[in-house]
Formats: sequence, C-alpha cells, structure tokens
Amino acid sequence: MNGGHDLGGAHGFGPVVPEPDEPVFHADWEKRVLGLYVAGACTGAWNIDMARFTREDRPAQDYLGWSYYRIWLAGLERLLLETGLVNQTELTGGKAIDPPIALKRVLKADEAEAVMLRGFPAERQVGFQPRFQVGDAVVTRAINPATHTRLPRYARGRRGTIHALHGAHVFPDAHAHGHGEAPHFLYTVHFTARELWGPDTTADSVYLNCWEPYLDPAG
Amino acid sequence: MHDDPDHHHHDHDGHHHHGEMSELSETEIRVRALESLLVEKGYVESATVDTLVELYETKIGPRNGARVVARAWVDEHFRQRLLSDGTKAIAELGMGGRGGEHMIIVENTPEIHNLIVCTLCSCYPWPVLGLPPVWYKSAPYRSRAIIDPRGVLADFGVVLPDATKIRVWDSNSELRYLVLPMRPAGSAGLNEDELAALVTRNSMIGTGLALDPKALAT
Repeated sequence: MNGGHDLGGAHGFGPVVPEPDEPVFHADWEKRVLGLYVAGACTGAWNIDMARFTREDRPAQDYLGWSYYRIWLAGLERLLLETGLVNQTELTGGKAIDPPIALKRVLKADEAEAVMLRGFPAERQVGFQPRFQVGDAVVTRAINPATHTRLPRYARGRRGTIHALHGAHVFPDAHAHGHGEAPHFLYTVHFTARELWGPDTTADSVYLNCWEPYLDPAG
Repeated sequence: MHDDPDHHHHDHDGHHHHGEMSELSETEIRVRALESLLVEKGYVESATVDTLVELYETKIGPRNGARVVARAWVDEHFRQRLLSDGTKAIAELGMGGRGGEHMIIVENTPEIHNLIVCTLCSCYPWPVLGLPPVWYKSAPYRSRAIIDPRGVLADFGVVLPDATKIRVWDSNSELRYLVLPMRPAGSAGLNEDELAALVTRNSMIGTGLALDPKALAT
C-alpha cells in the first residue's frame, strides 16, 4: 500500500537526530510491548508479514505521529482482534470474557532464548527455476496495490541489474493477506542512484531486494 | 531525557492532549491491561516477556556485531567466509536467529562506503546489533538515507571524501545487512578485544566509522 510508511525519498522530515548514549528502551511499557509482540508472534496465530501490514495500514498522520513502539502496540492489538484471540470488550477492559482459543505454541521463559537463536528462516525449497540470473537487466513493475507490498514507490517502473540471487523466499504480498507463503525467488537488484532519483542524489547505487513477481526482463 | 525525534507523537494519540506525562501513563495503562488479558487467556507468560526483554537489553546488542567485525579484521579466512556466507560465519561465533536468519555483510573500502536503511519499516540485524535505535526507525532517516546519504552522514558528523562512492542497501526483505567497517589506521598492535572496542554500532550501519585508537586512548 502507498501508506505513510513508504518513506524513501520523501522530503520535509528534517535532520536525523541521534540520541547520545541512547538506552535500549525509553520506558517500561516499551519493554512489555516488545516482549508481548515477540511472544505473541511465537503463538503462530499470525505471521511477520501480517504484523507489518497491521502497522502500516493506518492513517498516515498516526503512522508518522506515533513512536515506533506505539505503532507496534496498535498493530499487536489489531492482530489479536483480527485473529479472534481477543474481542474489543476484552481489550478495552483488560479482562477475559470468552474462553481462550487453542494456539500452536505458548512460548516458555526457559525456551525463549533458544527459540530466538534459531529464528524463523524465510527461505523455502521450491520445484521451479529462477527466471533471472546475476547480471540480467530487469525493470520493476509499476504497481500500486492497496495491500501489503515490499516494493517501495521509489523503485517502481525502474531499470536495474540482478546483483544476487538468494533462493526462494516467502512472498510478503501474499503471506500478509492469508494467501499462504507462496515462495518466489528473491533477488538483490542494483539500481544506479540516477535511475531512481535523477541528478538529485548523493548516492552512487541503491540495492533493493525484489521477489520475482516484482520484476520483468528489461527489453 | 526524551529528546528523541519521535516523542512529539504522544500528542497525536487521539486520546489525551494533556502533555507527555499523562499520555505516557495512558499508554502504560493500556499495555498493562493488554498484558494481563493475554496472561489470563494463557496466550503469553509474563516470565517469558521478562526473559525476552532481558535478552535484548543485556545479551543481544551491538557488542555482538563488534566481535564479528574484530574477528574479520584479524582473521582473513573468517573475513572471506563472512563475505561469502554471512549467516554461517556469524553462527561460528554463536550468533544468529530472529531478525538475522539471512545475513549479508557488505564491506567498506577506501573507494566504497555502504549504508543500511529500511525505508518501509525497521528491519535491522537483531542478532548482531540488537534492537534498533529510535533514529533508525524514524522518518528523517528512512526518507533521506536512500536519496541523500551524504546529508544523513553529515547529521552524524561524518564527512567522506568526494571520490568515495556510496552504496545504500534497502533492507526490505528478511535479508539483513551488517556493514564491515574499515579497520582504522594505527590499530596494528591491538588484539581482538581491543579492536572490538573500536567498533561502534553506527559503524556497522554505515552512519559512522570505526573509532580512532588514539581518540579512544585519551
């Protein structure tokens, strides 16, 4: 979706202001949101692409006005509602009304570190061949779905070159909306900064990861 | 103490407009209600939340990445393995997992400087750098790093030679990036631990350089 999250190349946000000796968290509630979000994801009730969509699919003024953990909190609440794990009355009151729904897993404290260390790889084995090879000239598709995509606006309809092939990865555009993992080959595509921005850039090159459905051969 | 670029958000929540303190408490109350509901339903255990917080507050942070970089500086074979299969090489040091399942390491040289950004959200290599700083997730960084990296570097006080080419990597998939910064001049006599102390978090994102050993010594 062309939401407030798709920020690449936008003007008007001012300078980057790094905080000296920044703490990992700025408030205790941020810690709880981080932990609840990560533990919640481990239940298997939703996936990472659904989670990203629930964060970005909101009024742009909220997305840009809220802190990141505030966005995570809103996303987590929406995931819990959409998956039916809680209802709105329960959420508002902080008290259970309906019986719980059976989950694939409830993460235990003593396994948390090992589960994080294993992670959740996105690469999948598939029975088909990649359409492109390293060095191939490609052009990104000009698409504007209102749904989740990881092809940012600045890189749509642009010419680039395949820099690397990474195997087939879960396809976020489908996975975020309950259409399964639908793995596609993932490529790193090299763009000259001029192809993306014209002369108004101080970069030399931009590298972006593109799943095969984002790409066509450059004619 | 909350002088970071996104704290003005608290006025935009839509619930309270009484200043930061009351808004923070409102969010706190909301988070507490959420946690007690999820615990009551048996979906999440508070002890697990504690463990996860502790993990990312104390164990998994940029000191991990600094160890990777220092090893690459002293061990040429490790450096080559790191550049050819980052995930596997990092696993040799006991690191990996969530948010770093597919690691790509990009190497700075006198000719090429690499900068990492996630323009669409906050993708960041958790196993080697921990949780991202606020600025990395902020609109100023995400909007500008991809088009004007030299302008962003100037915000960090970093000026590169005009001839240095800047490559920006948009971390828009589950591939996660770590910059291998240049080993600073004057570090020849240092051991691996001393070298790791020169490796800042920002030098592994590309918004900084490794520290000068002379500056560190004084």
